[in-house]
Amino acid sequence: MASALINVPAKAKRGDIIEIKTLMSHIMETGYRHTAAGELVPRDIITSFTCRFNGSEIFRADLFPAIAANPFITFFTTATESGKFEFEWIGDQGFSETASASITVE
Amino acid sequence: MRFAGAIAVALLIAGFAFAAEIPQADRRSGYDFMKPDTKAMQDEDTANPGMLWVLDGEALWKRKAGTANKACADCHDDARTGMKGVAARYPAFDKATGRPLDLEQRINSCRSNHQQATPLPFESRELLALTAFVARQSQGARIETGGDPQLAPFIEKGRELYLQRQGQLNLGCTNCHDDNWDKRLAGSAITQGHPTGYPLYRLEWQSLGSLQRRLRACISGIRAQPYDYGAPELVELELYLMSRARGMPMEAPAVRP
Repeated sequence: MASALINVPAKAKRGDIIEIKTLMSHIMETGYRHTAAGELVPRDIITSFTCRFNGSEIFRADLFPAIAANPFITFFTTATESGKFEFEWIGDQGFSETASASITVE
Repeated sequence: MRFAGAIAVALLIAGFAFAAEIPQADRRSGYDFMKPDTKAMQDEDTANPGMLWVLDGEALWKRKAGTANKACADCHDDARTGMKGVAARYPAFDKATGRPLDLEQRINSCRSNHQQATPLPFESRELLALTAFVARQSQGARIETGGDPQLAPFIEKGRELYLQRQGQLNLGCTNCHDDNWDKRLAGSAITQGHPTGYPLYRLEWQSLGSLQRRLRACISGIRAQPYDYGAPELVELELYLMSRARGMPMEAPAVRP
């Protein structure tokens, strides 16, 4: 099943401010809802998102139950050198997904 | 004479207020009623959560299923060419049952007859994914549903249901979607009810959903008993709505609030 949609510009000029957009497939079950039978639906959310560029962390976010399903996280960074963005999502019930994207900086 | 003229004008205005049909030039997709940020979500494939289902559907398209051990792709080849414009013609007339089938039902009938696989439940991730993948191939195509003359009696039934007042609120679809589409219901735009983008991602659902799901929600909203998934009434209503939207471009997978 498809998990991540990533949008990173393939090319940028050195010093450009670029936008990184990520969308991760996840139900983000809050843990506050009940079934028709009255049982609590256990919490199942992504708790952490990290982005590394060439090995060093450039962005991190903690996620909480109020965040909608299929979280869409975007942020800006400055293009300094060519390299690889690595994204990681970690969550409840052993959830762990990764994705990556490369950029060429001229 | 002036008085008679005034009555004629008043009648004209009254006639307009009860006008059953929206003039072609005034037809608007639900997209036009959305805020710029929701439009941006739909417009960009990497921001549109509906694309998650499309990608799943692409994988399912190539996966062998059933005792026939055939994948969709084994008969239909590349969906990008073979399925182009197909969703813009659904619901379509099915010779075997003598009735219209919507896209979900066509996929399931293909599964039963050609793949010898069990039909997928309505609103299951797999069925939505396959439907979204097929519908995506018609993005931008003009809706052509209802051209087949065999569909005429079913379109008429769908239209009757569309006009029929029902439920505790005693409303027909037309009372909102033809007569009051330029107004708001609580904070939400009413819209004209053109199903141009199904299956679509509703932020309220936090998921992709079918047109039947949307219709059932609307029917609950007027406090009537919703028809079951796959009920002939729902398919006829889908058929009428798609033929009413004929000529408008397909947007699936759309995003709606």
